[in-house]
Amino acid sequence: MKIAVTVFPGSNCDRDTLHILKNILKVDADLVWHKEPDLDRYDAAILPGGFSYGDYLRGGVIAAFSPVMKQVKDMARSGKPVLGICNGFQILVEAGLLPGALMTNISLKFVCRWTKLKIESRKTAFTNLCETGSILNMPIAHHQGRFFVGEEELKKLIDSEQVIFSYVDDAGVKTKEANPNGSLQNIAGVCNEEGNVVGLMPHPERSSEPELSPYLSGDGLLIFRSMLNQLKRA
Amino acid sequence: MVALNRYMVNVVIENKPLIRDPEGETILRDLMIKNGATYVKKVRTAKLLELEVEAENEEHAKKITDAMCNDLRIFNPVVSLCKITVTSGNK
Repeated sequence: MKIAVTVFPGSNCDRDTLHILKNILKVDADLVWHKEPDLDRYDAAILPGGFSYGDYLRGGVIAAFSPVMKQVKDMARSGKPVLGICNGFQILVEAGLLPGALMTNISLKFVCRWTKLKIESRKTAFTNLCETGSILNMPIAHHQGRFFVGEEELKKLIDSEQVIFSYVDDAGVKTKEANPNGSLQNIAGVCNEEGNVVGLMPHPERSSEPELSPYLSGDGLLIFRSMLNQLKRA
Repeated sequence: MVALNRYMVNVVIENKPLIRDPEGETILRDLMIKNGATYVKKVRTAKLLELEVEAENEEHAKKITDAMCNDLRIFNPVVSLCKITVTSGNK
């Protein structure tokens, strides 16, 4: 089992992600430069956070045209797990692998804080070990994370269980105060129709070790462990 | 072979009318209204790309720019509109 962590010019969470995979979960994983033309030897791909190409034009759009994205699209089509974290989520949206748009935060500010994330569905390659309705602590750090889709698309996403993560308060309620960026219906992460491609703005790699969490939890690890569980089952 | 001319083409990327524009709202509320420009009733911000495009004529310049904006996702069609204007030709 081998995992690819893609690296674009301006990625900055690639090594954190690699650390969790290699040192905590003891999985074989590589950093893969964006010019890589072949990902056949990998079983899953993770697009990490950062500011690829300086977020020029729009977060993720230039990276979406990188050579490696053709390979990522092939992996997604063949059912392999693909995860986009923060800028990685933006890239997957711009590449057309996930629906919607990630717009500038409603506050116009870069927001860096811990959030509470409700698991809306465990049907995906990255949430199958989570309990539906459970709440995970994860931090966010972004300027363009306001998720938006049109009315019809939103209905489709809800009906087909493609909304995977929502920002909630301590009681698990989707309040305005718990919404850090103005995302439509507090949406923090979505998946494709098949559930093998998932994107989220919060950072599971920054919340996979209790030492890094003010809650002394390693909640983010569940996301990566779910991916390994999916690969073992496959 | 058709001789190509060079055209100035403006590409304006803006949020669709129903999509909130917090930057425009802030400029209106905190700069204009607070400083007495109460006659301004609405502000919408946008991103401008000024291109120099080689094309056969104005119509062709607009057509290939439009195709390029769609192919390269110069705007996200979920939330944005893209307005293309050929401003001048330089033969």
